[in-house]
Amino acid sequence: MKLTALFKPGGLLSPGALPPASQSRRRDTLLTIGAALLTALGLWLLEQNASGYVVHMTCVGALFATLAVSYNLINGVTGQFSLEPNAFVACGAYVTALLTLSPAEKEASFILEPLIWPLSAFSIPLLPALVIAGLLTALMAFLMGFPVFRVRGDYLAIVTLGFGEVIRVVANNAQSVTNGPLGLKGIPHITNLWWSWGLLAVCLFFIVRLVHSSYGRALMAIREDETAAEAMGINAFWHKMLAFTLSAFFEGVAGGLLAHLITTISPSLFTFFLTFNLLIIIVVGGLGSTTGAVLAAFLFTYGGEWLRVVEEPMNLLGLEIPGIPGMRMVFFSLILVAVMIFLRRGILGRHDFSWRWLLASLGLGRGGRA
Amino acid sequence: MDAAQLTQQMINGLTLGSLYALIAIGYTMVYGILRLINFAHGDVLMVGCYFAWFGAVQFGLPWWVALMGAMALTAALGVLIDQGAYRPLRRAPRISALITAIGVSFFLENLGLVVFGGRPKAFARPEMFNHIYQWGEVRVLSLSIWVPILTAIILAGLLLFIRRTRVGMAMRALSRDLVTVQLMGIDPNRIIAATFALGSALAAAGGVFWAMKYPQINPLMGVLPGLKAFVAAVLGGIGNVTGAMIGGLLLGMAEIMLVALLPELAGYRDALAFVLLIGILIFRPTGIMGEELPE
Repeated sequence: MKLTALFKPGGLLSPGALPPASQSRRRDTLLTIGAALLTALGLWLLEQNASGYVVHMTCVGALFATLAVSYNLINGVTGQFSLEPNAFVACGAYVTALLTLSPAEKEASFILEPLIWPLSAFSIPLLPALVIAGLLTALMAFLMGFPVFRVRGDYLAIVTLGFGEVIRVVANNAQSVTNGPLGLKGIPHITNLWWSWGLLAVCLFFIVRLVHSSYGRALMAIREDETAAEAMGINAFWHKMLAFTLSAFFEGVAGGLLAHLITTISPSLFTFFLTFNLLIIIVVGGLGSTTGAVLAAFLFTYGGEWLRVVEEPMNLLGLEIPGIPGMRMVFFSLILVAVMIFLRRGILGRHDFSWRWLLASLGLGRGGRA
Repeated sequence: MDAAQLTQQMINGLTLGSLYALIAIGYTMVYGILRLINFAHGDVLMVGCYFAWFGAVQFGLPWWVALMGAMALTAALGVLIDQGAYRPLRRAPRISALITAIGVSFFLENLGLVVFGGRPKAFARPEMFNHIYQWGEVRVLSLSIWVPILTAIILAGLLLFIRRTRVGMAMRALSRDLVTVQLMGIDPNRIIAATFALGSALAAAGGVFWAMKYPQINPLMGVLPGLKAFVAAVLGGIGNVTGAMIGGLLLGMAEIMLVALLPELAGYRDALAFVLLIGILIFRPTGIMGEELPE
């Protein structure tokens, strides 16, 4: 028997009768809308009942999920190991904050050197500010892309890391724009569950659509073998650029919302440390898996709080252990190394969620081999 | 700027450059053999400084004994990191090893913060480095003279080691072809361990000189010299020991001259390394002494 016969209808490995494409797509859309409505209901209940702290952490989780999904697009899906998201987040945060702060607040903050003229005179609402911040960050990524994508592999990692450092140094020194090491204070606290989860939804919508389109398949082809992808007629440079600018756009917007959640920003927030945290998230979730990125982002946000336990004094089987501040980060780095050694593909590997898969595993789908 | 000032700045540039070169060699040797950017190198340097601090300040050893002891302990730490974290990943994709290196780097930094505390510790200069020489207008700290000299001696020894000894020959062979070398009866793991030991010992030496130059140590002190030295290694052509020396000197000179000639841009000093790096990689994607990559 020929091997291919196994895959034919009725064969041992046949995926089963598929429903007509249009039908399953309509079903998936309905299921997605339903899930979105359920999530919204859940968020509303959370907002009504949960403590401010839980609400805050849930906002942070959504923003980190947005950052991780965007970072994963370039690192996991396209396979370009870059280390710059702290630069993009910083750019988005500063631009948004500078646009939304009122002229009076700005004058009060900029003590050493006044803010340069056009920025000092006006302020605009959050939504247009976020869009501008996203577009400016994307523009920055676009300009960065030309030198960055001339090199590959390890060199790409180090050049992008260099850009992240340069942005941090600029934020530290461009006193009349960023207020230097003092940073910006008094940013209005606008970000709530709806802003952060709304951004996550928009980001997921665009990035999932992209990944499942022919562009997404081209990006994965570049990840697997760039030379072969080029030979198949894929323009690797422009595809990488597309992934890079799109991820920069969402990272910039998420940075803006982050600034309006924590209300104070300074260059020390946007060090390589931020990139490192996002890297842990996408690696633990499974490089290349959007679902993994979202899952790991929430695990990281809440897990970081649970791990505070290790910094508190405890009584272990009669043994008094004093609290050691800073142990949390030691644990995080150990987790990353352990994941790399023992669980090389992360929690989800490269698998992604799909309704078809869920229904099949519940034994409901007509498409699955239930 | 007059001649005296220029001479003074040249000496400063040489001092800083030789420190970068000393640290860059560890990166370059590991990269040459494993094709791995050992991000933890700067943090190994930091641990080396603490070893030297414990030796010199806590136990009151003479500075050179403390330095030797720190180099030996740091060499052991380098081997330990390789065996514990990198060796299980020898056959894994290179990205996994790179991420692991970043993880090890943060592990050392945070463990350092927990164990040594975040407050910087004073690192007193030994008497012989504290002297100030004066020739006419030129005033130079003796440390600035000694660092390039000691570095030159260490590097000459290293080059001899690589060129003349069997282990050095095995290292060079390993960086050419990891598979064939095993057929010649060389155990790659032992050679890789020797590379880590040597690179880490040099990092400790570089770190101790660094700590004497900026006389204090803290758990995050390795980050900046580590990054800069890495840039120096890439500038020179990573994997190439001579390239690392050239890159280190170039970077040190460039930084000192930026601060001396354009003091208003002094704040951007830490960004200069990366601007240089990006500029050079655009024109020579494998660095100054790097080999051309086959297309």
